[in-house]
Amino acid sequence: MSVKILGKSKGFYDTYERRPGNNHEQTHYCPGCGHGILHKMIADAVVDFNVAENMILISPVGCSVFAYYYFNAGNIQAAHGRAPAVATGVKRALPESIVISYQGDGDLAAIGGNEILHAANRGEAMTVFFVNNAIYGMTGGQMAPTTLIGQKTTTTPYGRTLQNEGYPIKMAEIIASLEAPVYVERVMLADVRSKNAARKAVRKGIKNQIEKKGFSFIEVLSTCPTGWKMTAPQSEEWIKSTLVKNFPLGVYKDIADQVEPLNLDLNLATPERVPKLIGLEQDKMEFDTASMKLATDIDQEIKIAGFGGQGVLSLGVWLSEIGMRQDLEVSWIPSYGPEMRGGTANCHVKLSRAKIGSPLVTYPTVLVAMNRPSLEKFEDDVVEGGAIVWDSALIDVEPQRKDIKNIPVPATQIAKDIGNSRVSNVVLLGVLAGFSDFLDPLVVR
Amino acid sequence: MAKARGLVAVNIEECKGCNLCVVACPVDVLHLADSFNTHGYSPAEYDGEGCTGCGVCYYACPEPGAITVYKNWAEAQESYICQTKQVASKLILEDSVKGIATCEACGKEVILSNFSNLSFAE
Repeated sequence: MSVKILGKSKGFYDTYERRPGNNHEQTHYCPGCGHGILHKMIADAVVDFNVAENMILISPVGCSVFAYYYFNAGNIQAAHGRAPAVATGVKRALPESIVISYQGDGDLAAIGGNEILHAANRGEAMTVFFVNNAIYGMTGGQMAPTTLIGQKTTTTPYGRTLQNEGYPIKMAEIIASLEAPVYVERVMLADVRSKNAARKAVRKGIKNQIEKKGFSFIEVLSTCPTGWKMTAPQSEEWIKSTLVKNFPLGVYKDIADQVEPLNLDLNLATPERVPKLIGLEQDKMEFDTASMKLATDIDQEIKIAGFGGQGVLSLGVWLSEIGMRQDLEVSWIPSYGPEMRGGTANCHVKLSRAKIGSPLVTYPTVLVAMNRPSLEKFEDDVVEGGAIVWDSALIDVEPQRKDIKNIPVPATQIAKDIGNSRVSNVVLLGVLAGFSDFLDPLVVR
Repeated sequence: MAKARGLVAVNIEECKGCNLCVVACPVDVLHLADSFNTHGYSPAEYDGEGCTGCGVCYYACPEPGAITVYKNWAEAQESYICQTKQVASKLILEDSVKGIATCEACGKEVILSNFSNLSFAE
């Protein structure tokens, strides 16, 4: 007889290094939370089916948004409610992956109600776990679409009423009424027997996807001891006594055995197809490796920051335009508050010989700081050997870094002496052209 | 009375003291400890005897690694492989409440809840 041990699944990390803070041993969920139980079922299933390597978990907003701290799998965080849309994209691009959309009731039934309906209606070959605890847990126990009539929450202190908030929405029934889904079941995490049934449903949902059967939807009635203001055992009792009466358990649809496996390659957008689809010639998409080698000499990631009205964004636009005229790949992306003047503003500029993947500049090679908060905020992000160009007429502190080129320019003073303090950004452009080897002064002029 | 052939080991630092395993245990051999772990929770604790190895507590527990159940402890003891000397060894149970054993081959302490770092012969 061989040794049988039930213990931490290999689908989880040994320690949760991604979790911030000092506690890398425990999940961030409250004691008794159903998320952990469902996490264990999913991890056990994907390890047993040998697909843990292929699993991509899509976690939108909710307590489970941090599921990637724990699962040793691919993960994409999606916007609130948009996990089915992101999962659609991932599954179509990578048909062999096991895509799991893991959503709460506030996420799936409220803000993401539309997304889930259409993903289900298209029959996307994904597995959706819908964790229903009849409340918005993460934000502190507000009413969700699934909150029961009479249930007290922080936003329904006298209990949910029909007149004001309507009926609790029954997602499993709605999804099952569509034609495309192959498997819809509602389970609960309340006692040994129901957890066992839930485990079977989880495994079936994932197996359906491995066999390319189509859309599987598993609604899991789960505890929220904190939001319900109960102990963990009390909340399991409440599921059994109250929640389940409003959300009857059962298999609402199961046609997985009757359908043929989907041919997922039909939807696949291969690297060869994409340029044709969007009308680009194939040869233009290929990288010139020779120029990529040179690119390290000339790639610049520039962050320009100041307050609105200083010409922060304009300076970025000019840099991009100069880059274009020098036949470089360029990107420019602004980031500013709602105010046109006075608020904070910054922009990200990339000048590169190679194609630019992302326009965001996290670690700039050049930081142009036009006021003190910008210098203080972004100074530490500048790469080693990078440069900080700063307006010494406005900033009364010096950069602390010693491993960068420190270029103080009294830009506003110079601009004022010329006759208009608003052209300090042009002064800074001149300085950039002067000290750098990546802007051709002739083009700048 | 069901046969006590299992062993449950709680990782007290992973346990949050939610009490679900204590309530779920069919033979009532788990309780919450009087002491606290470093995160401020009173973790679950094994009475020290009576575990049947049914695994219900493992499935009840929301923490991925808080509970480890050796379904057949006697076999596990016999087929332990010593990490230090890389030889077949045996586990000698030192403290069943805390889940601590020693390795017969190297004499070192073995934390039984640290299951993912232990190996056993097939």
